[in-house]
Parts: sequence; C-alpha cells; structure tokens
Amino acid sequence: MALLKDKDRERVRGELASLANPVKLIAFTQELACEYCRELEQLAGELGGLSDQLKVEVYNFQIDKEVVARYRVDKIPAIVVEGDRDRGVRFYGIPMGYEFTTLLGAIKDAAARATGLAAETKAALRLLASPVHLQVFVTPT
Amino acid sequence: MRLAHQFAMESDFVTADMVEATEFPHLAVRYQVRGVPRTIVNEEGALDGALPEAMFVQQVVAAASRS
Repeated sequence: MALLKDKDRERVRGELASLANPVKLIAFTQELACEYCRELEQLAGELGGLSDQLKVEVYNFQIDKEVVARYRVDKIPAIVVEGDRDRGVRFYGIPMGYEFTTLLGAIKDAAARATGLAAETKAALRLLASPVHLQVFVTPT
Repeated sequence: MRLAHQFAMESDFVTADMVEATEFPHLAVRYQVRGVPRTIVNEEGALDGALPEAMFVQQVVAAASRS
C-alpha cells in the first residue's frame, strides 16, 4: 500500500516540479530488527518517482560499511539529503506528519543550492570555528 | 527543524539531524526529551521549543562556543 495518498502524491509532485538541480536521497536501512526501515525505503522510493531530479540510493546499514562510514550514519532508518555535496542534512526515523514538510523543504533547498536564511543568520554562522552537531528531537504529529 | 538543516546547508561546520524521538527512545531518555522540539548542541547544550531564526542562530553559536 502506498504511504502517500493520491491527493498528497499530486500535491508533492507539484511541489517538486520546479527543482532546479539534482538531489539525492540516500537511505540507510536493514532487513531485520528495524521496525521502520521498510517504510522509510518505501517513502524514499515513492518520492523518487515524483521528480526526475530526485535520485534515490538505498544502502544496507550492516553490509555497505564504506558508505555508512563516509556519511557517518550511526543509526537507522536514516536519510541523507544531498544536493551539490553532502552538507550534513540527516533524518533519523521516518519524517511523517509535520516532518514530511521538513523533508520536502530540505529537498527544495538542496536543489536550489541555497537556503532562504537571513543575511544576519548567515553572518552569525560564519563565526563558527569548530564543528557543531545539532540533534533536533521531534515526534510524529 | 527546518532551520537546523538550513544551518547545516550554509555552514560546513554544522551537521543537523532530525531524530524521531519515539523511534529512538534510548536517545530521548539520554537527552531528557520531555517535549519537542528539543535541540541538543554538541551533546551538551539543549534548546527547547521552536525558536525564531535570529534567536536560534544566536543560541546555537553561543552553545557551540561553550562546548
């Protein structure tokens, strides 16, 4: 059964219609002992079918260790959203409900190769001189 | 959540993870997540609630400088 309902699918197709550049959704899953991995893989696949600019790659967390290490993915299910290169955008767990909108937003920003952040925000981020790891905890809504 | 990912896209120093708390309950316990969104900065600092952009970046930069 499709995760995206017909009506939602057409809305999402419309939202993804204007992607200016290719974006990769890189999913990390495994077959056993991962309650939501199958759903995540399905969601990534359904999204990939909605835009020619969206490419989906699926890796096995247990087997594809080189890719897992390259993307520094430490738990599953996971999705990396990659535009021109890996810029550190990760989703752990299934982004449904409100977080599905967040995923679409990340895809659009990655395709645009730009964010809509204010100039002041970008200036503040340029002050950073060492790695910052943000983990934002959310719940399905 | 969107802002954290946008910070990551803008800065090579930032990585941003959405973590679905109910799927990773051990992490929700470790980081004392009682309400969402809760943002953990470098394993230490915590910011609660969805903050406006200017305040969020200010607090992220401040928390990063302390860690």
